[in-house]
Amino acid sequence: MSAHHAKPAPVGGPLLNAVTLTAGILIAIMAAIMVVRLFYGLGSVTNLNDGYPWGIWIVVDVMIGSAFACGGFSVAMLVYIFNKGEYHPLVRPALLASLFGYTLAGVAVIVDLGRWWNVWNMYWPWSANPNSVMFEVAICITLYIIVMWIEFAPTFFEKFGMDAAKRKLSKIMFIIIALGTLLPMMHQSSLGTLWVVLGSQVHPLWQTPIVPLLFLLTAIIIGYAVVLFESCVASSAYRRSIEMSLLTPMAKVMLGLVAVYIAVRFGDLIWRGALGLAFGMTLEALMFWFEMACFFAPFLLIGSITQRRNPARLFLAGIAIMLGGSLLRLNGFLIGYDTGGGYQYFPSLTEVLVTVGMFAIEVLGYIIITRRFPVLPREEAHA
Amino acid sequence: MTTRRDFLKRAMTGAASATIVGVGGTASSVALARETYKVPPGGLGLLYDATLCVGCKACVAACKEANDNPPEFNTVDHLWDTPLDTSGYSFNIIKMYRNGTMETKDAETNGYAFMKTSCLHCADPSCVSACPVSAMVKNPVTGIVEYNPDKCIGCRYCVAACPFGIPKYQYNDPLGRIGKCELCNHRHNDGHYSACAEVCPTGATLFGKTSDLLAEAKRRLALKPGEITTYPRGRLGDAAAPNVNWRVEPDQSYEGVVGNYQQHVYGEKEYGGTQVLKLSGVPFEKVGMPKLPPYSSAATSETIQHTLYGGLIMPVAVLGALAWVAKRNVKPDEGDQS
Repeated sequence: MSAHHAKPAPVGGPLLNAVTLTAGILIAIMAAIMVVRLFYGLGSVTNLNDGYPWGIWIVVDVMIGSAFACGGFSVAMLVYIFNKGEYHPLVRPALLASLFGYTLAGVAVIVDLGRWWNVWNMYWPWSANPNSVMFEVAICITLYIIVMWIEFAPTFFEKFGMDAAKRKLSKIMFIIIALGTLLPMMHQSSLGTLWVVLGSQVHPLWQTPIVPLLFLLTAIIIGYAVVLFESCVASSAYRRSIEMSLLTPMAKVMLGLVAVYIAVRFGDLIWRGALGLAFGMTLEALMFWFEMACFFAPFLLIGSITQRRNPARLFLAGIAIMLGGSLLRLNGFLIGYDTGGGYQYFPSLTEVLVTVGMFAIEVLGYIIITRRFPVLPREEAHA
Repeated sequence: MTTRRDFLKRAMTGAASATIVGVGGTASSVALARETYKVPPGGLGLLYDATLCVGCKACVAACKEANDNPPEFNTVDHLWDTPLDTSGYSFNIIKMYRNGTMETKDAETNGYAFMKTSCLHCADPSCVSACPVSAMVKNPVTGIVEYNPDKCIGCRYCVAACPFGIPKYQYNDPLGRIGKCELCNHRHNDGHYSACAEVCPTGATLFGKTSDLLAEAKRRLALKPGEITTYPRGRLGDAAAPNVNWRVEPDQSYEGVVGNYQQHVYGEKEYGGTQVLKLSGVPFEKVGMPKLPPYSSAATSETIQHTLYGGLIMPVAVLGALAWVAKRNVKPDEGDQS
């Protein structure tokens, strides 16, 4: 571990600007739609139907949103489990994004629940169904949100000068970190297992008993991709220098995992004899290749070390992976899902606006916290 | 340093291979796999014989009344209950198959046929496995798949999971519930059985014990088309249910002509068996009954879950390994590990 990292410090600056104002307006629109949903039911604002009982609020806000929130887990694993201390300055910003991503995924689930006032049954032992994949996901995500707030607590302790609390927490931090690594491994894989019980309604290009492994690998990979993406965005938005000395080697770690993922993905398709379906003239086949192209793209973008030293290329590779991981989830749950009976689904404008509002909360929260709390590494040049 | 790294490598490959073994195990269905459940011995169900159905939809109306469901309108005049599919308010409908000139009943070409759409009460239901809060449960004695709205959180995982598209949600109600057939179990204490079978004028829908219904279905398949045979109506045999005395009915059986059956009892093997069985003159796939394997998706899903999380053994072991490694890599005095 290198001894001298730049300590995290608040970025400072105004909280009211064009970005935060836009985010605020989007959040207000979302709140209005939610009121309508509350009084008139899910059908009043969504295009959900019995052929597609899950829409973008579940697949995008929860499945994809929580995968985008894997940066904290992926980087913490690299730092604390694989003992790569040099990546330490990336932990806090990544964790902050994770915190928001997961907390909002939890909120999004409640909004989507048709009978939300009964949600306590999820934590009521006499209602529990340990056979249910969703039960495992729900319990695990709830625990993880709590664990992440504890993991992030030192930031608040520093801001408010609570040294004693910070010291006490640091003694048991290794357990929190271990939990913070285990829990996402559990529920990110289970988010994929969710579609196993859907059986043959999910297209064979996606329906596989190894889907938990596919979801776990992509969640970790997306975690690194999101860090690449966020570091570039934060640097340009705050006019800070990019942590290239960290991002370049981390991109290589990511690339290695992508290679493993592609091998597992195709190995499974060949083993199950489903690869032939990828060569038909179907929407599913087209979407499959679109999804896979996103995983191949990083090898062209950042395959060589010179390319990995280019922030623009890292940024694009990050986006490609985020898109590929999103498509895996979207394809399995919506595009490759067919319950028969000719049902159609395309999200309504109000549905899209709620999803946009959720992401707006994330952006707004990230800006407020990084400007006022010690999250990003102190910028030495301007210090 | 070397030992730690070795340990780590072993811990990681151990966890990874356990995952792969567990997951791979389900595909090759080795000893680890949870078997598909069978229909309980006292399981209750229906036998629907499409060759006897005349499409009168008395069962659709009776179902609405018995379950206190409102009419659904799909015509301009809004005069008649006209559900196009089962919904949160329509638990049973009769669908029609049409081909070419529609001359002959139960013929695949230039014919027409009917098919009942309602819950099949699977031996190993996906909806029950999916439900996180035990709001959808299978009665251990009658095998009826029952719904409890007081537990239901409205996540609609059951809607997504069912291969027959049966549980449906009431999207336009802020207090919407899941709606599905429960074989009129709320009427059993009064001696009444499923309303659809009670009112069926031709015995196309029969109520009874699944084992009796299966025997009756096989009896019909063994007959020659065109022969005369006796068809029961209403309730078949003594379908015993705990604390239930079925009301006494006169013998309603009648003599009729044997139809031209597909040699297939739908529901005998599908997904490990269903308690509602069907006979048809037209291939089942043409009348909306999906081709399904003889094992349930619930068994596959639960095998994966219990291999990974059974007794929490694997999570606790991995947590221990992670905590052990993290303890060495986190420096408490460093004080800025977020």
